[in-house]
Amino acid sequence: MLSSSARRGAAVLLSAAVLTTLSACGAAPDQKSGGAGAKTGVQPSAAASVADFGSMEALVAAAQKEGKLNVIALPPDWANYGEIIKAFEAKYKIKVNSENPDASSADEIAAVKSRKGQDRAPDVLDLGIAFARSGAAEKLFAPYKVTAWDKIPVSQKDADARWYNDYGGYVSIGCDAARIATCPKTFADLLKPEYKGKVALNGNPTKSGSAFGGVYAASLANKGSFADIQPGIDFFGQLKKSGNFIPVESTPATVEKGETPISIDWDYLNAGYAEQFKGKGVDWKVTVPADGVFAQFYSQAINVDAPNPAAARLWMEFLYSAEGQNLWLKGHARPVLLPLMTEDGTADKDAVTKLPQVQGTPAFPASAELDRAKATLAEKWDKALS
Amino acid sequence: MSTSDSRAAGGTSRRRRGPRTWLAALPLLVFTGLCFGIPLGAMAFGAVTRTDRASGATRLTGEHLARSLQGPYLGSLVGSVQLSALTALVGGVLGVVIAQAVVTSRSKGLRSAALTASGVLANFGGVPLAFAFIATVGISGVVTQLADLGSLGWSLYSFTGLTVVYLYFLIPLMVLVIAPALDGLRPQWREAAQSSGATGWQFWRHVGLPVLAPSLLGGFVLLFGTAFAAHATAAALVGGSVPLVTLKIADALSGNVLTGQENVALALGLDMILIAGLVMAVYLPLQRRSARWLR
Repeated sequence: MLSSSARRGAAVLLSAAVLTTLSACGAAPDQKSGGAGAKTGVQPSAAASVADFGSMEALVAAAQKEGKLNVIALPPDWANYGEIIKAFEAKYKIKVNSENPDASSADEIAAVKSRKGQDRAPDVLDLGIAFARSGAAEKLFAPYKVTAWDKIPVSQKDADARWYNDYGGYVSIGCDAARIATCPKTFADLLKPEYKGKVALNGNPTKSGSAFGGVYAASLANKGSFADIQPGIDFFGQLKKSGNFIPVESTPATVEKGETPISIDWDYLNAGYAEQFKGKGVDWKVTVPADGVFAQFYSQAINVDAPNPAAARLWMEFLYSAEGQNLWLKGHARPVLLPLMTEDGTADKDAVTKLPQVQGTPAFPASAELDRAKATLAEKWDKALS
Repeated sequence: MSTSDSRAAGGTSRRRRGPRTWLAALPLLVFTGLCFGIPLGAMAFGAVTRTDRASGATRLTGEHLARSLQGPYLGSLVGSVQLSALTALVGGVLGVVIAQAVVTSRSKGLRSAALTASGVLANFGGVPLAFAFIATVGISGVVTQLADLGSLGWSLYSFTGLTVVYLYFLIPLMVLVIAPALDGLRPQWREAAQSSGATGWQFWRHVGLPVLAPSLLGGFVLLFGTAFAAHATAAALVGGSVPLVTLKIADALSGNVLTGQENVALALGLDMILIAGLVMAVYLPLQRRSARWLR
């Protein structure tokens, strides 16, 4: 029994191998004569826009021929990525392999480097801005202009189209109104003695992007600037001394348990908690503090050696279509095209009204300012907190 | 003639035995070489080289090692050594006391229950342990609320809190390691000491502790190593507010904030190996010495 089934398995494997070889042999001339290259002579891996494929239909056909897309570091409960992946699979009949959803930006870059040339390398990346910049400098990304390229604000994209911002949010204060009598509205509020042992960050700011944003926002609230994050570090030092700050990393579990009744985090994550824990004894209120408004966007990039180059480009087109942008919006994140979509009426109005209120427009630190802030933080954070 | 013959015969037989013993150890050597050698080599290589981002050229440099021994990185190494030494010492002493109580008690049930529980608890670590502590003695934990620990100055998210959490798995580990050694202390030795007029203290001072010394030291080194390498529990509990080298390595290697710090992380890893090596270097000669007394 065993040996016969093993033999059968081997036969299946062998025929599969033969089939792949055959189809691979067939694919090579196919790419030159038919499909993507038919009108333009450009390979999917070199395509810099839909025009290089000829048309959107040709891009879809090329992507479907690849049949799969490798993504990494996309948690299903983060900015609605779970639904985005499902929608993409359903719309284009392309299988999405989601690897290591909780990976960090550094892990993504490491995966691109270590799996170079392999079939399971990630095709597309969702990166923290610093990693988008350093990855582009290391020539890890393929330049590609999505159809909506011109609508992305200049400050939110790489001039060579190697990365562009996708969605972002504001640093916000989440607060469990069922446990806290008066929820804090500003960073200054957080210092009040009534919040002793109640204020947490989403992680360690030398590692977690949202916690880093929290320190930056606190700095802006305390006469700091993009170039000077020190007041933010001092603020948390003060918070620690007064006993208000608790160093435990706020997670859905600690929020539900009430261990982190006040949590500084991206507004889309805090808004997600509000929805998730409604009716579970947690009345989660989200405020973007008026004294420290800080917004940050993540960036999208295509692996230059993507094993599924056409599917990678189709994924980008999907994300930057009104449909993709609205799906992020549904996850309480602010997609990069939101201002335009609000104007032309394509934005999902229900989702927009659910976003936490913010005064004014966000500004972003320059690359050098960001680097300096990080160096200061890495140097000073431990001392301020211990 | 005969002497030279025998010498030659002895020589060949020794030579013959040599390669054979070496062959028997080959699988171990290959395993060690592959599983420890390659990562160690890669780590050491990364720690002393720098690859230029744009051109891809690699050159030797001491800057990563130097950085790993400065500022917050040095602080994290010191913090880790302090925490590990303290928890290994306290855990070791408490572990011996508990193990001795279990070993000398006449109840077989207690003995097997204690050893089984130790086996389970010694392997209970990481995020589940951290969350168990958060739910029990965190700020809004059950016990904290009931006993009003907060007003007594208790905080789980501190060096003290971390020490207590580490002891939770280090004490059972010590019990497991030391119980067989305590079993080896024959009751007859104690009776002999008593009938020669020795007090309990004298027995321990001149017989018990010298016999146990190698096992005690071994236990301490094991506990130190376990605490030194622990990461997940500390990461979930204290984030960056208690500086620990494993947390710093994680920040540098797999974070969302700092870019281009991978080599410093490798240098920190090398520092950790050096510290572990130093501890072993202190332990091995001492152990050999006490082993000599035992003969």
